[in-house]
Amino acid sequence: MTRYSAWRLFRNGLTHREWPAAWRPHDLRPSYDVVVIGGGVHGLATAYYLATNHGIRNVAVVDKSYIGSGGSGRNTAIVRSNYLTPEGVAFYDRSLHLYEELSATLNFNVMFSQRGHMTLAHNDSSLRTMHWRAEVNKLQGVDSRVIYPDEIKRRVPHLDVSAGARYPIQGALYHPPGGIIRHDAVVWGYARGADAAGVHIHQNTEVTGIEVSGGKVTGVRTNRGTIAAGTVVNATAGWASTIADMAGVPLPIQTFPLQAAVTEPVRPFLETVIVSGSLHVYVSQTDRGELVFGASVDPFASYSTRGSLEFIEGLAGHVLELMPALAKMRLLRQWAGLCDMTPDFSPIMGFTGVDGFLVDVGWGTYGFKAGPVSGEAMAECIATQRTPKIIEAFGLERFANGTLVGEKGAAAVGH
Amino acid sequence: MMLLRCPWCGPRNVTEFRYVGEKTSRPDPATTTPTQWRTYLYTRANVFGWTVETWYHSTGCRQHFSVERHTLSNRTRPVQENS
Repeated sequence: MTRYSAWRLFRNGLTHREWPAAWRPHDLRPSYDVVVIGGGVHGLATAYYLATNHGIRNVAVVDKSYIGSGGSGRNTAIVRSNYLTPEGVAFYDRSLHLYEELSATLNFNVMFSQRGHMTLAHNDSSLRTMHWRAEVNKLQGVDSRVIYPDEIKRRVPHLDVSAGARYPIQGALYHPPGGIIRHDAVVWGYARGADAAGVHIHQNTEVTGIEVSGGKVTGVRTNRGTIAAGTVVNATAGWASTIADMAGVPLPIQTFPLQAAVTEPVRPFLETVIVSGSLHVYVSQTDRGELVFGASVDPFASYSTRGSLEFIEGLAGHVLELMPALAKMRLLRQWAGLCDMTPDFSPIMGFTGVDGFLVDVGWGTYGFKAGPVSGEAMAECIATQRTPKIIEAFGLERFANGTLVGEKGAAAVGH
Repeated sequence: MMLLRCPWCGPRNVTEFRYVGEKTSRPDPATTTPTQWRTYLYTRANVFGWTVETWYHSTGCRQHFSVERHTLSNRTRPVQENS
């Protein structure tokens, strides 16, 4: 792997020669130690940490399309760790720390902009939840506190904090380490790192079946041929339950689209990420000046990634209630990504009833921000054949023994 | 915009309806096992393709009804007799 440096970027920028491919195509080997299904941030991070932390390099990442084409390229790129359950806070905080070091780790600029994250409360019950979350966060050393309209206005002058607003702002949970990141760069950085460590990345390789014999995984069937493997990881987000069904593992997951939209670029004016659970909207400004909007999941289960008029109407109305000055801005694009929703809004990670078949699914609307820690934990799980402590609470068996991890209160927006 | 055909009111915009979910059958509480109960509570087929589901016409006739919907294209059709 050619290392990027300031000198190399400058020289290649002048000549536009010698830009080497960041990862290489390979022929499909008949067998790998580990096959990871899903070439998003979770799958690639798992492969990367398998190779770099544990020396397991005979690994393939297969994706039915191009890498990062699913949720990893469709999310709104927000990173935070101000969750509600102690399990969730510890987990996402580890992810945030890995994100802070990721540019240096991968030698790839992932453009992490820690501009702060603010969740608005419009009524007493959400203000109470904000206090609750702040206390849970502080106990684990996560920087979170409740702030009130004076400070909110000072940090985001464009917000309407007047008492006459339709949904007056009563306070907010302010989380300075949160921010936004270049989500494609995270995918490419992990792909480049994994490739350099010996992992094979197979794009346009669709898994059509999983071979199980005697309760143990023996391989996967793809549209390019069969691959023998002792370990198969399902990291396919919205498609998780269809893949798990191939291995005979029913999952408590339903797939819902989550829509997002982006405006034309304007001069920087929005310092922090703004979230309103009551109004079902979150807003951030990218380094290029575009505003990125997201909302809650669509009201019915679907695999469709089309946008809808209802979404854009509702979104525009809610954004204008928060920031009336945006009335004349134009939207450029809208799209949807698929969320694999679980009953308790927490992920499902680790071993399943089928030996060698592991899952890293159920991410719902939180998947992207958990990418690094998920990769790290899944790699440890595979290498040591034991469930790491940080993901113990997220096992599939919790739905059988009733130990759910209720994370709905930390959802960015209501569901 | 997606149209959904209510058997009583005819085709209406999907925003008039509430999605109830995949059609499931509730096991008899007197005889069910914990496993069956958990499956009923949490596990769904989450089908990619045609699936039978329940909708509620919340801003119309307030009746529940079943419909078949394709989960990729969101096209709908009346529930087939043999399904």
